Formats: sequence, C-alpha cells, structure tokens
Amino acid sequence: MAILVYAEHDNAHLKSETSKMINAAGQMGGDIHVLVAGENCQAIAEDAAKIAGVQKVIVADAAAYKDQLAENIADLVLEVGEGYSHILAAATTTGKNFMPRVAALLDVAQISDIIAVESGDTFVRPIYAGNAIATVQSEDNVKVITVRASAFDASAEQDAAPVEASGSVIESAKSEFVSQELTESERPELTAADVIISGGRGMQNGDNFALLNGIADKLGAAIGASRAAVDAGFVPNDMQVGQTGKIVAPQLYIAVGISGAIQHLAGMKDSKVIVAINKDEEAPIFQVADYGLVGDLFEVLPELESSL
Amino acid sequence: MKVLVPVKRVIDYNVKVRVNAENTAVDLTNTKMSINPFCEIAVEEAVRLKEKGTATEVVVVSIGDKSCQEQIRTALALGADRGIQIDTDVNLDSLQVAKLLAKVVEEEEPGLVILGKQSIDSDNNQTGQMLAALCGLPQGTFASEVAIEGDAVSVTREVDGGLQTVKLALPAIVTTDLRLNEPRYASLPNIMKAKRKPLAVKSAADFGVALESKVKVLKVTPPAERQGGIKVADVAELVDKLKTEAKVI
Repeated sequence: MAILVYAEHDNAHLKSETSKMINAAGQMGGDIHVLVAGENCQAIAEDAAKIAGVQKVIVADAAAYKDQLAENIADLVLEVGEGYSHILAAATTTGKNFMPRVAALLDVAQISDIIAVESGDTFVRPIYAGNAIATVQSEDNVKVITVRASAFDASAEQDAAPVEASGSVIESAKSEFVSQELTESERPELTAADVIISGGRGMQNGDNFALLNGIADKLGAAIGASRAAVDAGFVPNDMQVGQTGKIVAPQLYIAVGISGAIQHLAGMKDSKVIVAINKDEEAPIFQVADYGLVGDLFEVLPELESSL
Repeated sequence: MKVLVPVKRVIDYNVKVRVNAENTAVDLTNTKMSINPFCEIAVEEAVRLKEKGTATEVVVVSIGDKSCQEQIRTALALGADRGIQIDTDVNLDSLQVAKLLAKVVEEEEPGLVILGKQSIDSDNNQTGQMLAALCGLPQGTFASEVAIEGDAVSVTREVDGGLQTVKLALPAIVTTDLRLNEPRYASLPNIMKAKRKPLAVKSAADFGVALESKVKVLKVTPPAERQGGIKVADVAELVDKLKTEAKVI
C-alpha cells in the first residue's frame, strides 16, 4: 500500500493544500509519496520533501507540465501512479480538472471532495451543496480521491525525504495553453487565509469594497465576496465564496452586507469563528454567526478599522 | 457541426434538501425536479452556437428512467433539435454515465460536446472529464467563454486565482461554469413545438456497459447544525469578544 499525492503549486510556491492532503493521506495508511509536476519546480519538490509523513518526492520537471493541462498531467499521473493504492489531488480547479481523467483511464470511480477519512476505503464527502453528508466506501483496487484541503489541518515538518526525478515528458497535441489572467494581489489567497473578510450585495458597488482593504491589511486577511456581489458585477468571480465559488474554513470569517443565502453558507460555514455585520437583523447570516452586529456597514467598517 | 449536450434531471435548486428518516439518501418523494442548472447553461451555449451558424444540429441526451424525458423536452423547448433518452432505473455513478455517453459520442460523432461542470445533487464534477478521457479528446472545463475558431475551440476557464485560456483541437469536450451565459426562458410556442421534436428512447442495457458501481453509500446524514451565537451592541464589544473570548485576532 502506498499513496501518491499530487502536489498543488504555482511553479513558484508549494501551496498549503499539499500539506493538508498529506495529513489526509496519513489517515488512510501506507507510505506517502508526492508527485510535483511543473516547470523549474525543483525547489517546490524540496519543500514538499519536508512535510512530515512524506517518504519520497518524485519531480517531473518539463515545460509540458507548467500550465497543468489536464491531458498531459493525467497521463503523467497514470504513468507515475502505477502500483499505488491511492492517488490524491486537491479539490482545486487543477485537481478537479485532471483527476477524473485519471480515474476513467484506470476504470475506477473517483471520490470527489472528501472532508474526512474513516479508513483506507471509507470517506466522508458533502453532497447537495453541503446540505447532506455522505459516507461512502470504495471497492475499487485504486482509490482516486480529491481532497477538500480546508477540512484538514496542515502536517508538521520533518527532515527532508529524498527527491527523485521522473524523466517523463508527455505532451498532448490536442490541447494547448494560450494565456492566463491571474488576479494580482498582495493579500493571502482565499483558500489559504486564516482570516477572510467578505462583502455582499450590501456593499452597493465595487468601489465600496475598498472599505474592506484597511481591515484586511490590519488582520492579514483575504477579501472575498458573495455570489450576489459577483453577479452584480461589483468584483471578479475569483473572489466568490460559496458553493459555486471557493469553499473556505478560516479561523475568522467576517461577512459584511451578506444576507446568508444557502449557497454562500455552504462555502464558509465551517469557519471557526463567524462575524456578521448587516443592517437587517432578520438576515439568515445571523443564525450561523458567532458574533452578530446589526448596523450600517458604512458606519461600522471605518470604526472597526480604527479600533483594530 | 453537431453539438451534443448531455443533461441531468436533479432536484430543483430552490428546494430545501432533506435527508430521509433512514439516513440512506436525500428524500426526493414529491419534490420538484428540474434540469441541472449547469446543464441548462450547456444547452443555452449550444443553441447560441446554432443561432450563430456555427452549429448545425443540437442533440440532447439524458440518462435515467422515463421521467428524465421531461428535462429533455425542456432542452428541446430552449432550442435543441432532438433528444435521446438512455433508459435505466439504475442510479449511476459518473464513470458509468461517462461510459454510456462515450458510446453516444461514437454513434453521433459530434464536433463538440458541452456538459455542465457538475450536477447539484452528487456534486462530483467528473463526468465531462471522464468522457474526454474515454474518448481520447481534449477538454476545456469550467468554461466562461467558448469560441469556435476553424477546427479548434478556444475556451476561457474559471480557475482559482483568475482565468486561463486553452485552445483545443475539435472534436472536444467543454464543461460549463456559471458565468458562461444566462439561459433564456422557453416561450410557450417553443414549449408546444418541443413536444413534436424527435425523442429516441434506447435501453442502457443495449450499450454493453457494466452499470454497477464499486462505490457504496454507507449513510447520508444532515450536516452538523451550526449554533447561532450572540449579538454584540457595537464595534468595541465585537473587537473585545474577538480578542478575549474567541482569541482569533
């Protein structure tokens, strides 16, 4: 029994999802190997080798893997993953993209978005937008799994495990990377942040999201938004927290001008502490908030910023 | 170019989900069922390609018992040309669905297959990618923009942190994200017209695909309820609570 974990990274940094997946892998039982695929990613492989529990890191360094195209990565994972009992990737847009290809080509089911491990073959995952929780058991000989990293703690550190190179280069002729527009931000990413402050329709327009900046700076927080704010065109979609956006579970989540639609709650209700600021005291967000403050956000936000 | 659009019948997204008393599944008795929202976006995109003259025919396929014909008719009312129902009572996993769809792709030879990125019941986000792998085709998942350029398709994808654009050789598989388009409402005349559009029924058993799943659902439970907390009077009290009680700042 050995488990292959596909490392989440952006060719510059190893992402925190990897360490959390290794924690999940540790609960399944078996040696843990990490596959790092990308371009110029040797340093990332060395970081992965220092995550407690990792016995070996395999690095596939080639231009073909830089953009994480599903066609190339899936075939690489199939090649490197031969003989493993479990193959894990993060339930990010990268993992969700290539892992079902791996499962289909292995002729096994994929268990998506697990939030807990009961044993080596039994896992817990949300269905119906988190409105029901299913416990499922896989009888497939290889378990192909995507992990909701926010549901697991990060692993500790260790002395570096060995790093091996995989010479494999797989490049599909049918799919080609054209361009990428990533939102530039000095702030932490939503899925990795310890503190998140999110705005909803109550922010009234995109400019008012600037009111969140000062608070975010002081708390080292990421800034998110509800789907209503995204649909209204206030902010880009990659800020969306919710069932159709990012699923987060920070230590502190501050919801500002967000009513608390089910689809938003599905994305943040596992946060440790939830604060709601809303002028409507009947807003459903108060039913899940640890601390609710009824008030006009345009008065509350500046006051909050100056008192931090 | 022919466009194939697989669609799924799911619980309507406005219905509150309840787990059954036996804790084995979500209770679907007498609940309103609809076309999966992401599938509806896929139908709309295919119909728009036809209206632009890029697509010549839009074929909709759904897998399930007779009741899923309702969702096929919905898609036909939105502008699809004909439907295929693959009849089965078995509750299929994504892999089995993808295998059946791969057979349909083999038969119909579409230039493009557009699917929803996930269904709002099982939330798997697998079928399109599995279909692409089984057919040996390239994929553009979580699409927010689709443009046909000769014998290729350019797909702008919603990825964590922004947007990524890929170019795929046709035939290809595309899965839809929410912002790809806003589906139209079917007009009454189109709903009437849809009733006369062709709908072929095929038995899943005739496709030679093993339908049983290796994944067993042991139990389904409601999520842990989060208890509401307290209301604070002002910002000062809030900051104090966060510092001294919750200790998160």
